[in-house]
Amino acid sequence: MTKVLKGIAASDGVAIAKAYRLVDPDLSFSKRTITDVDGEVSKMQSAMDASKAELEIIKNKAKETLGEEEAEVFEAHITILSDPEMIGAINKEISDQKVNAEQALFDVTDQYISMFEAMTDNAYMQERAGDVRDVRKRVMSHLLGVELPNPALINRPVVIVSHDLTPSDTAQLDRKFVKGFITDIGGRTSHSAIMSRTLEIPAVVGSGEATTTINEDDTVIIDGLDGVALVSPTDAEIAEYDQKEQDYLKQKDEWERLKTAETLSKDGVHHTLAANIGTPRDLQAVLDNGAEGIGLFRSEFLYMNSAELPTEDEQFEAYKSAVAKMDNKPVVVRTMDIGGDKKLPYLPLPDEMNPFMGYRAIRISLDRDDIFRTQLRALIRASSYGQLWIMFPMIATLDEFRAAKAIYDDERQKLIDAGTKVGEVKLGIMIEIPAAAVLADQFAKEVDFMSIGTNDLIGYSMAADRTNERVSYLYQPYNPSVLRLIKHVIDSAHKEGKFAAMCGEMAGDQIAVPLLLGMGLDEFSMSATSILKTRSLMSRLDSQKAAKLVERALDAQTNDEVKQLVLDAMDSLK
Amino acid sequence: MEKRDFHVTAETGIHARPATLLVQSASKFNSEVTLQYGDKSVNLKSIMGVMSLGVGQNTDITITAEGDDEKEAIEAIAQTMTKEGLSE
Repeated sequence: MTKVLKGIAASDGVAIAKAYRLVDPDLSFSKRTITDVDGEVSKMQSAMDASKAELEIIKNKAKETLGEEEAEVFEAHITILSDPEMIGAINKEISDQKVNAEQALFDVTDQYISMFEAMTDNAYMQERAGDVRDVRKRVMSHLLGVELPNPALINRPVVIVSHDLTPSDTAQLDRKFVKGFITDIGGRTSHSAIMSRTLEIPAVVGSGEATTTINEDDTVIIDGLDGVALVSPTDAEIAEYDQKEQDYLKQKDEWERLKTAETLSKDGVHHTLAANIGTPRDLQAVLDNGAEGIGLFRSEFLYMNSAELPTEDEQFEAYKSAVAKMDNKPVVVRTMDIGGDKKLPYLPLPDEMNPFMGYRAIRISLDRDDIFRTQLRALIRASSYGQLWIMFPMIATLDEFRAAKAIYDDERQKLIDAGTKVGEVKLGIMIEIPAAAVLADQFAKEVDFMSIGTNDLIGYSMAADRTNERVSYLYQPYNPSVLRLIKHVIDSAHKEGKFAAMCGEMAGDQIAVPLLLGMGLDEFSMSATSILKTRSLMSRLDSQKAAKLVERALDAQTNDEVKQLVLDAMDSLK
Repeated sequence: MEKRDFHVTAETGIHARPATLLVQSASKFNSEVTLQYGDKSVNLKSIMGVMSLGVGQNTDITITAEGDDEKEAIEAIAQTMTKEGLSE
């Protein structure tokens, strides 16, 4: 019977091999009173020396398999073993308390472990407790004369089964033989998970029962894509997962190729694939996934991660670094979208019955134009370092856009008069309020671009809060009512020669993409991790056929009907 | 006795790698070497001691060496401090 273990998917890929149990031997000991102090001290010294010699070997192995930087942790372990204060304290405990070496080692290292663990304000130092434990385990094994498993000596394909993986365990893993691993504990950011991704070994962590369920030499399938492991699988299951691995590798190759490829539909029409980000820290992932721009840079992080209103210079630096890092690809910054569920401690907002329909976003900016002007000045200054576009959120009426633009024009002129270098900036609006979507034809005459924020647009159109489970069924992105609004916005923009974008989750929705492509949406902005998947899908779609599908979708009656229509048509679109 | 003050400029302060190198550098000498930070002082040959101080950025420390090779010890430690970007 196949046993199935569920855990956390830590590193992508599929592995099938025999289990190798990397489980610590029994390192328990009892406290003894000793008489031969010198004998006990020299026993301690031999155990330390033997541990150091072992660590030298592991360190060299780690340099080969993991690289110089990863090997440094073992240099630190060796230094710990040479610590005169620690050795002194252990020897002192042996001679003063007349206890055995094991007890003295345990007590002294425990003090250090507690000390590091108590540094709760410093996560880095807290982790050093793990290093001391790792070192203690090694010395203890020599004192007790039991052997720690030596994964460095593995010479056949295996799946590692362990409670957790310590740095010294992982360093010994030979990529050639270790096909995957599964642990009892850990999460996506634990050491073991990070190492598995560095080594590109499929891994499942936090399975809870790997070491109690899996026996040495059991055949194990590790599915690092879905966080599942199969123990003693049937031949059919092995064949199924072989196929899954092949498919994964094929897809990985394709995505790697797509990273630098242009986003083209099957018939060669280009659409821009951009990313939504919340802080400049997200930029690396954006570049790694081959985004062609930032379609939505939420500026709230500047306001939320601060004890007071961010200064013009602070904001300028943040915008400038994003624009510069994107190397002349467009970066669309949305001005402050505070209010609704986002509150600022230093900017008290009135309690409202209905904050999502209340005083928020552009409504605050126009009312408190001191805050707004500071942000606009920072943005205009940053515009000379690349391509920066500014987008106003929650615009309901043309008057609001005109008022915001007037303030923008005023600040821009002031900066120019003061001799500040400014770049060319496009001004646009978010389309998230149905009133603006319906009147998009009029907006299109005055704005440079429109970006549809689908999460709010759907919420406001359906009058349903998607986080409220009782009404979450009303989040219907494919409902013809929503699709008609979107189509109207795109057509209106194009009629005036303007740019139509979308920056809600819908832009990366694999059912919605064929429809949006068929409507001729210019830019799809989504979370970075959806970009390659979407580029791959687009390359298989014919835009003419997709346009035909849109006609049928707009004539449909329900959300489910459209969904089925797209699913049925998917093959014929290619 | 040789004594020298340093201003720690490294963003991470004295963390694992630089701490290891400082300790290794101090351990090469016979002199007793101490690191003083605020009102605490530790043996610079003890990695646990050094790390327990949690020396951060923009702090002042004093290193003292006493013994037959105290001059060379301070010199070598100062070099490590600069080379590792701990201090300017």
